Amino acid sequence: MTVEPAATRLRHQVPLAVWLVLVWMLLWGSWSWANLLSGLAVALVVLVLLPLPHVVGGVRVRPAPLLAFLGHFVTDLFVSGAEVAWQAVRPQGVRRTAIIQVQLRVDSDLLLTMVAEATSLVPGSLVLDLDREQRLMTLHLLPVRDHADVERKRANVLLVEERLVRAFGAAEDVDALDRARTEVAA
Amino acid sequence: MTALADVVAFGCLLAGAVLCLTAGLGLVRFPDVLSRMHAGTKPQVLGVLLVMVGAAIRLDGWANAWMLLLVAAFQLLTAPVSAHLISRVAYRRRHVRRDLLLVDEFTGTGHQDEAYRGDEPGDAPPEHPAARPGG
Repeated sequence: MTVEPAATRLRHQVPLAVWLVLVWMLLWGSWSWANLLSGLAVALVVLVLLPLPHVVGGVRVRPAPLLAFLGHFVTDLFVSGAEVAWQAVRPQGVRRTAIIQVQLRVDSDLLLTMVAEATSLVPGSLVLDLDREQRLMTLHLLPVRDHADVERKRANVLLVEERLVRAFGAAEDVDALDRARTEVAA
Repeated sequence: MTALADVVAFGCLLAGAVLCLTAGLGLVRFPDVLSRMHAGTKPQVLGVLLVMVGAAIRLDGWANAWMLLLVAAFQLLTAPVSAHLISRVAYRRRHVRRDLLLVDEFTGTGHQDEAYRGDEPGDAPPEHPAARPGG
């Protein structure tokens, strides 16, 4: 592990510490100085005892695309939940499934993780494998009707990726997305 | 006002419970591990979320609501991870109903199975014994 300036390390640890204190306060369920201080102490102990590698690449939050992503996410959550529930109760059960690979365009650890989490939860897919080098995500699809349906689901995953990048990605991630899109169009 | 809130809470709790029930049904009825993991993530997560919303409406005080929010957040974060780990192991141990697959583009294991087509037992021998080190 390389030794880095204490200031940089501190800057990387601050968001994690804030999150830990927040969780601590939520668990206690009320705000008080005692909770804040004990939360800080617990966060420090956790950070010292269980250090995490910090996430490479900046993330910025854009409010409007974030709302768009959340709106689609919640809708998709309901639709896919109802879809799988229907598959579970209907008499003929599951007929067809598929395993596909999707070429992602985003090149950031954190964003790839987010895309994988979101696709697992929403459009009828489950992540089997994620090749970090090639940015290749392998998915298992559950309700599949025909090949056109498979392609539709593939496009849907790319759409989720695009919404996430527009909501959280750094400027270069959005640029990479636009470049990939013009290449496809050309 | 409270009557309306009660009705909404009742609806959320009931819908959430039904979704959790279908998740359980899916675990029993779906044909292979990969499909079962779908049942374990989507209707179940949605069901838990709805139960949380219903409980948050019905319970008094913010302290409980914060706790429920945490439960929901961690449910959303952890369910895909555990489902991914289990399905990946299942795929590598060939617990896949290949006769149900419309498309299989995954070549991550390096070779496609030739003889295995169905839900093989977990201790099934490898397809190419000669390729095994020392075999």
